[in-house]
Amino acid sequence: MVLASMTAPALAKKKDKDAAKAEAKAPAFNKDPYPSTYNAYPSVPTAVTNVTVYDGEGAKFVNATVYFRDGKVEGIEAGGAAKDGYTVIDGTGKWVTPGIIDVHSHLGDYPSPGVDAHSDGNEATGAVRPEVWAEHSVWPQDPGFSRALANGGVTALQILPGSANLFGGRSVTIKNVYARNVQGMKFPGAPYGLKMACGENPKRVYGSRGQMPQTRMGNMAVNRQTWARAVEYKRKLDKGETVNRDLAMETLTGVLSGEILVHNHCYRADEMSLVIDMAKEFGYKVSTFHHAVESYKIADLLAKDGICSAMWADWWGFKMESYDAINENIPLVHKAGACAIVHSDDANGIQRLNQEAAKALADGRRIGVDVSDELAWTWLSYNPAKALGIADKTGSLKPGKMADIVLWNGNPLSVYSRPDKVWIDGALMYDAADPKKRPVADFELGQPGEGDVK
Amino acid sequence: MKHLLLACAALIAAPLSAQTVAITGGKVVIGDGSAPIEKGVVIVTNGRVVAAGASIAIPAGAQRIDATGKWVTPGIVAGFTRLGLVGVDAVDPSNDAEARNSPFNVSLDIAPAINPDVAAVAVNRAAGVTRAIVSPDTGNAIFGGHGAVMDTGADFDPVTKARAFQFMEFGETGARLAGGSRPALIAAFKTALAEAKDASLGVFREDPLLKRPDALALVPVLNGTMKLFVHVESAPDILAVLALKKSYPTLSLVLVGATEGWRVAPQIAAAKVPVMASALNDLPDSFEQIAATQSNVGRMKAAGVEVGIGMINDNEARQAQLSMQYAGNLVALNKVPGATGLSWGDAFAAISSVPASIVGLGGEIGSLKAGRRADIVFWDGDPLEATSNVEKVWIDGVGQPLSTRQTRLRDRYLQPGVGALPDAYKH
Repeated sequence: MVLASMTAPALAKKKDKDAAKAEAKAPAFNKDPYPSTYNAYPSVPTAVTNVTVYDGEGAKFVNATVYFRDGKVEGIEAGGAAKDGYTVIDGTGKWVTPGIIDVHSHLGDYPSPGVDAHSDGNEATGAVRPEVWAEHSVWPQDPGFSRALANGGVTALQILPGSANLFGGRSVTIKNVYARNVQGMKFPGAPYGLKMACGENPKRVYGSRGQMPQTRMGNMAVNRQTWARAVEYKRKLDKGETVNRDLAMETLTGVLSGEILVHNHCYRADEMSLVIDMAKEFGYKVSTFHHAVESYKIADLLAKDGICSAMWADWWGFKMESYDAINENIPLVHKAGACAIVHSDDANGIQRLNQEAAKALADGRRIGVDVSDELAWTWLSYNPAKALGIADKTGSLKPGKMADIVLWNGNPLSVYSRPDKVWIDGALMYDAADPKKRPVADFELGQPGEGDVK
Repeated sequence: MKHLLLACAALIAAPLSAQTVAITGGKVVIGDGSAPIEKGVVIVTNGRVVAAGASIAIPAGAQRIDATGKWVTPGIVAGFTRLGLVGVDAVDPSNDAEARNSPFNVSLDIAPAINPDVAAVAVNRAAGVTRAIVSPDTGNAIFGGHGAVMDTGADFDPVTKARAFQFMEFGETGARLAGGSRPALIAAFKTALAEAKDASLGVFREDPLLKRPDALALVPVLNGTMKLFVHVESAPDILAVLALKKSYPTLSLVLVGATEGWRVAPQIAAAKVPVMASALNDLPDSFEQIAATQSNVGRMKAAGVEVGIGMINDNEARQAQLSMQYAGNLVALNKVPGATGLSWGDAFAAISSVPASIVGLGGEIGSLKAGRRADIVFWDGDPLEATSNVEKVWIDGVGQPLSTRQTRLRDRYLQPGVGALPDAYKH
């Protein structure tokens, strides 16, 4: 201990200094000005019996019972039985999993209908826009949320700004529960994310206007200059110096201090490698590379640095930087010991993430990457929860976690299965057998198809 | 790399064309909507199916191929694609799907542009898609030009049928292309048909809507010898298209997309107009798809509409391989209360015999009925299941390679890291 060698007065002096420093470091601004007002809906103690269970962290239970009450998972018991005061749901022939978490969605920011008036995902007025917050664009009445729930079993999702910009802005993680405003959907306690983008999009959007960046080297130069500014801004804040309030720098300072997680759209292996070094250069960490179609080329590097890859099963070829996508990307990343996530980036794909995982799993097995079904479920719930900084709260069925649970009407890695019931914080938010448990967004009310099975 | 070459060779199914071949022991899917047949037999001679079913006598001297444990099906016929037209969507010089700056539209013929070398052809072949209905996209007019039917064989002869249909945009996109409204769209359509009629009589107007080649190319559409594929989504727009058929009874219409078809399914059925539907649209993605539901196909089928699965505006230049997953999802609906799905047999038919029949090639492709071309796929499981994979593919009885640049990349990077030489030396 250094302190032991100090004299008492020296110690006192240091304490004062520390206090002064702490005071200076106290945020000059409110870090949570649009706080979550989400409250779990009422739930009843529930026991789902006779089910096959994937707990989300790689364990499987057969013929088990899942108990939850007061919005929390109580436990999974092999066999198990009804308990007094519990609503019992017979899950014979069915599966229980943690709710799927989509780490990459634009629901709300690019809602349905996809008309120009709803195009709120890219603040494409400058390549560096860390000051914008996706939550300020989320339309909580996007009909897409209900499809992700009813067909996809999605219980939480990250809404990201688009990829037109190098720094796209802050993301927001939400519960998949309709509310009157975004605050009512915000996942309590979830950290913010920062969306960044490599490659073709930023250089195309700005290069075509004769602006920087016009090249990949331009991308990196603008990135580095911005991070250098952020480091300087943070240094001033840490020293207690007066700074002008700068919303962009506040977001980047949040990244540098580890409070905000970086979600970096980056297809190519070479560009991911450069970003890894850039993060080290400026002292931050990348949580997840998104659309990482070439992660298989550098899966060892990603494993070493503990960076997740958010991937599709088989999207490819729509642009040059997606040309080297392969169907075995997800299992090969998993095999290398890196964090693999199945993501959607799509209002339709988010309804079938379980099927995307199934395709990747099968393609992996065909080349000898033998991942069990229950372990593959980590790609859908636990790993995305980790990437979002909410794995202590959801993403698996460990006792005490949020009861974000899907009962599937069959093997959830089969194309023939759909959610039977979905609970979020223990509240039944979807029930295939009950049309009243089928959310209808404001936009759909009074229009053809209202309340139909979708 | 001898062992690798051998491995590649092993992926190519031996030809079925040389002699009579009997495929035995597999679970045989005919593709006509019937249920799969356990331990069925398929007999092939000279690149054509001679017989397929449960109790088929095996001709003496036939070469036998054991398919025990496999599913044996006709190759998938992708109902609406832009396969073969696009190398990389966003790389314009590699993209022949549309011609925004061309003075021509109706007369554009997509067939010569179908490029068997684009990566998507091999990728879809390896996934079990053996034929595809290929449509041009529209550029600056409501007509896009002539579509074709292609095969995905590894050769320079991809066109099964050129000028198989004319493609047209109706609804929101058609209205935009016609100048901004549906009345403008109807006016453009009627004027175009009037000019086609004049052209058929050798009469050309002084200030025509269509160039001469376009007016002439529309003549077979007007007289019904060429099908007109019409992309249309909303129920009112579908009714408007059906009304056109009343004005021009010779038109041979096919609806494409038809997301709200379920709302007017009896009218579509009564008009005997088939549909190449988008299978899984369930979002009010636009104001012409407000009532979208995955039950659309099932409800239309139940009302007596002939429905195949197409993929308009859904990565159709590359992802025809999703047809099987889409069909499987329609089977899944049978377990969802209130939803209407398809039986397994009908779902498979919707990606094989039905699109073949809709495009006028039901006697040639899309099923294992006698006389059909021997487009045959072996699968390691239920072809509609997401976890199943393709093991062998024959097109016209010719064994096909299943290697793609994707599988080559995969093999190169199975063990990422720095080896004795750079990865570029791994062939």
